[in-house]
Amino acid sequence: MAQPDSVRALFFTFNSLALRGFGGVLPWAQHVLVDERGWLERDEFVELLSLAQVLPGPNICNLALMVGDRFFGLRGALAALGGMLAAPLVIVLSLAILYSRFADLPIVVAALRGMGAVSAGLILAMALKLLPTQRSNRPGWLFVAAAFVMVGLLRWPILWVMLGVGLVSVGTARWRQAR
Amino acid sequence: MSVSDLFELFLRFTTLSLLAIGGAITLTPEMHRFTVVEHGWLDDAQFTASISLAQASPGPNILFVTLIGWNAGGWAGAAATTIGILLPAATVALVAYRWTERLSALPWVRAFRTGMAPITIGLLLATGWVLAAPNAGHPVLIGVTAVTAALVLLTRLNPLWLLAGGARAGILSA
Repeated sequence: MAQPDSVRALFFTFNSLALRGFGGVLPWAQHVLVDERGWLERDEFVELLSLAQVLPGPNICNLALMVGDRFFGLRGALAALGGMLAAPLVIVLSLAILYSRFADLPIVVAALRGMGAVSAGLILAMALKLLPTQRSNRPGWLFVAAAFVMVGLLRWPILWVMLGVGLVSVGTARWRQAR
Repeated sequence: MSVSDLFELFLRFTTLSLLAIGGAITLTPEMHRFTVVEHGWLDDAQFTASISLAQASPGPNILFVTLIGWNAGGWAGAAATTIGILLPAATVALVAYRWTERLSALPWVRAFRTGMAPITIGLLLATGWVLAAPNAGHPVLIGVTAVTAALVLLTRLNPLWLLAGGARAGILSA
């Protein structure tokens, strides 16, 4: 299993994955941390992400903190989070300053819609790539489907779905351990 | 914006931080009520633009919070909302992570990890679906989403090419 060789490497890796993340950083985090660098296995990524999303705060920031902490403690956590936020902060503020001049250009609106469609595809592909981590967890398929239907199709609030389905799913996992 | 306004802005965002489970975007109605309706620190157009600009630029979408602060109170406002929304949640995340790592042998902690994983994957599928759904009447954009997913799964193509292609498809089909 590969590891970042310095806090610096951690900072710049998160910097580069954040800068590629138009319309969502998560697929890039998976791509870079798991496929490109090999710092995490797929199932480790899912586990960290699961914890990141039940905690308050943006999932991707929580994930950066955890990955950084895992390799270099507090310094690593701050480097990962800082790397992810620094450059995008400068860009988003520059855009805000320029905004009034180009926001209404139809070509900009159309390009952004197209990029939005790509982001949707990137997230779907990431989810499908992570599905095989559930191979050995047969009841897991049911909970994948339940979460998708409740939040995606029925648009129920995420918090209640996480609590409700989460409780049943964690309970099932505990019961299967005990058998 | 006065120093006491800034402090109030900071404090409100630190409280919101701990409520932001499942993404800070769910808190926008509350942020809107506080900054636009109650205090009039920014107007509706600035508020909406803050969200769409953050979504259009690279990086975590949480940066819309920075833009709300910037529109409300310049650089100091941006620092107040950004640090406010990040600090409490980041502290909780680190403490919780270390705690689960240390106690990872406990059956309930292992069950939590096994049990929450499928929900995470289901929620990712739902996110992709929700993002794609508004394009339902627009076959080109739905095609872009489908082709993107297929190419990511089947090839090692750098997704940046897909983003460039998507932007082009959006312009050509407009």
